[in-house]
Amino acid sequence: MTGISDFQLKVLALLQEDARMKPELIATMLDVAVEEVKEAIAALEQNNVIVKYATIVNWSKMHDEKVTALIEVQITPERGRGFDRIAEQIYLYPEVQSLYLMSGAYDLQVEIEGKSLKEVASFVSNKLSTIEAVLSTKTYFILKKYKQDGIIFEEHESDHRMMVSP
Amino acid sequence: MVNEASQQSSVPVQKRQMADYLNPEVRNIKPSGIRRFFDLVSTRKDVITLGVGEPDFVTPWHVREAAVMSLERGKTQYTSNAGMPELRDAICNYLDNSFQVQYDADKEVIVTIGGSEAIDLALRSLITPGDEILIPEPCYISYSPITTLSGGVSVGIETYAKDQFKLTAESLKKAITPRSKILILCYPSNPTGGIMTYEDWLPIAKLVEENDLIVISDEIYAELTYGTKHVSFASLPGMKDRTVLVSGFAKAFAMTGWRLGYACGHPDIIAAMLKIHQYTVMCAPTMAQYAALEALTNGLEEKDRMIESYNQRRRIVVQGFREIGLECHEPQGAFYAFPSIQSTGLTSEEFAQRLLEEANVAAVPGDVFGLGGEGHLRCSYATSVANLSEAIERMGQFVYKLKNS
Repeated sequence: MTGISDFQLKVLALLQEDARMKPELIATMLDVAVEEVKEAIAALEQNNVIVKYATIVNWSKMHDEKVTALIEVQITPERGRGFDRIAEQIYLYPEVQSLYLMSGAYDLQVEIEGKSLKEVASFVSNKLSTIEAVLSTKTYFILKKYKQDGIIFEEHESDHRMMVSP
Repeated sequence: MVNEASQQSSVPVQKRQMADYLNPEVRNIKPSGIRRFFDLVSTRKDVITLGVGEPDFVTPWHVREAAVMSLERGKTQYTSNAGMPELRDAICNYLDNSFQVQYDADKEVIVTIGGSEAIDLALRSLITPGDEILIPEPCYISYSPITTLSGGVSVGIETYAKDQFKLTAESLKKAITPRSKILILCYPSNPTGGIMTYEDWLPIAKLVEENDLIVISDEIYAELTYGTKHVSFASLPGMKDRTVLVSGFAKAFAMTGWRLGYACGHPDIIAAMLKIHQYTVMCAPTMAQYAALEALTNGLEEKDRMIESYNQRRRIVVQGFREIGLECHEPQGAFYAFPSIQSTGLTSEEFAQRLLEEANVAAVPGDVFGLGGEGHLRCSYATSVANLSEAIERMGQFVYKLKNS
């Protein structure tokens, strides 16, 4: 899409904070007609700027012991296609939660989520390392998530303010 | 110790009650109506409060860290009485850039313990007993008691919802007498959210000039205006020397608990204020001054984000109140809406108390803010969108019940 307007940015900022915020409320907050908000959201969805409305889950609370690892991967880029095709080959695996092309000492950062240590280890040795262009991998297991996508996982601090003040 | 002989020859000493030791001026001052309401609210659970007169943001982390850093470096000593020179410089730059008023950091600025101390210092420096102090109301609760404590006579000037609670030349003129000396202004206004534009100010400035008044302009909410930029009274033609500009970091930078403010004005007035300041508090807390310096140096963007967020929430409450049948003028500053509850037939006190008891929503009855406040309710929208929506929902049901019973 050709450029995002200031208005669309404001809509996005509110939805990023609370994906369930109603268009009517957004319209009030930004002082525009509700139709304008609906149109903006529709356009942003259509253009894949809004990719998905998902829920951020603190899985550790569910005693569902998922294992997450960050893997630094060095690869040989392909002539003419750079890193993109190899990246695709990696991100199509459902175990891959995120994939970034990095500057610096390695090329791709892969985030893997699995049910157990073994499952993640098996992914790295059987799937990732066997890709021809992959030169090396370094796997780091995540021990605790403090903050994800801008959201702090610790219990929310309550409002410390006095209930009534001048 | 009195010896026996003299005791026998004198009239027996009448023992005082403890209260008799008190200065009658202090004894006769009524405690703030907000305090009474606070006690009431504190006894309840699951209250949604629109009664809070401070930002719902925590001081930005980089500002807090600057204070921690100052402690780590052992900056725990007094600063100069008027405040750290680099902070006074930063304040002057900020006022110049943001509100086009120019002050000399050496002679025209004093850093105080909150805007509150600055108001106290200004009034104590300027009042000769018997002077009349003009105070547009409804207004922040401290002006009149401090005036009384300083020997002044406070003269309230009522402002009205129909004028968006602006001070009009007409009502100011009516209140001026030969004894009038000071006009205290607080725009953007706590509790009404009213503001004054350049055009609104001009006739006021004219009257100030004609009647040779001094103005104490409490501009603590200067950053919080929506749709139109704040006009400092000191920036008006000829008004700089007649104005003691009071402000602080609490509202714009979410720094209420730091207690840091400042006053700017004519060197003679600032020097007088500095005298009282040095004998009473010496200087504002050093770590808070470092934090304030950081806020002015690197915090302006964060401040703008907070203001945008207040503006969004302002629209929620104003529209919300109108939808549930409470008349509400459009507040263009601060973070308060001041809807009228007259259509319910209740007084402010009754409404606030029953709203608390029957709907578990706290807001401050307007009458505590002086003339013109009765019939209104001060609702702070410095709280989460979820809280605002829930509060309006509860208030809507409460108002509906009142009007249909």
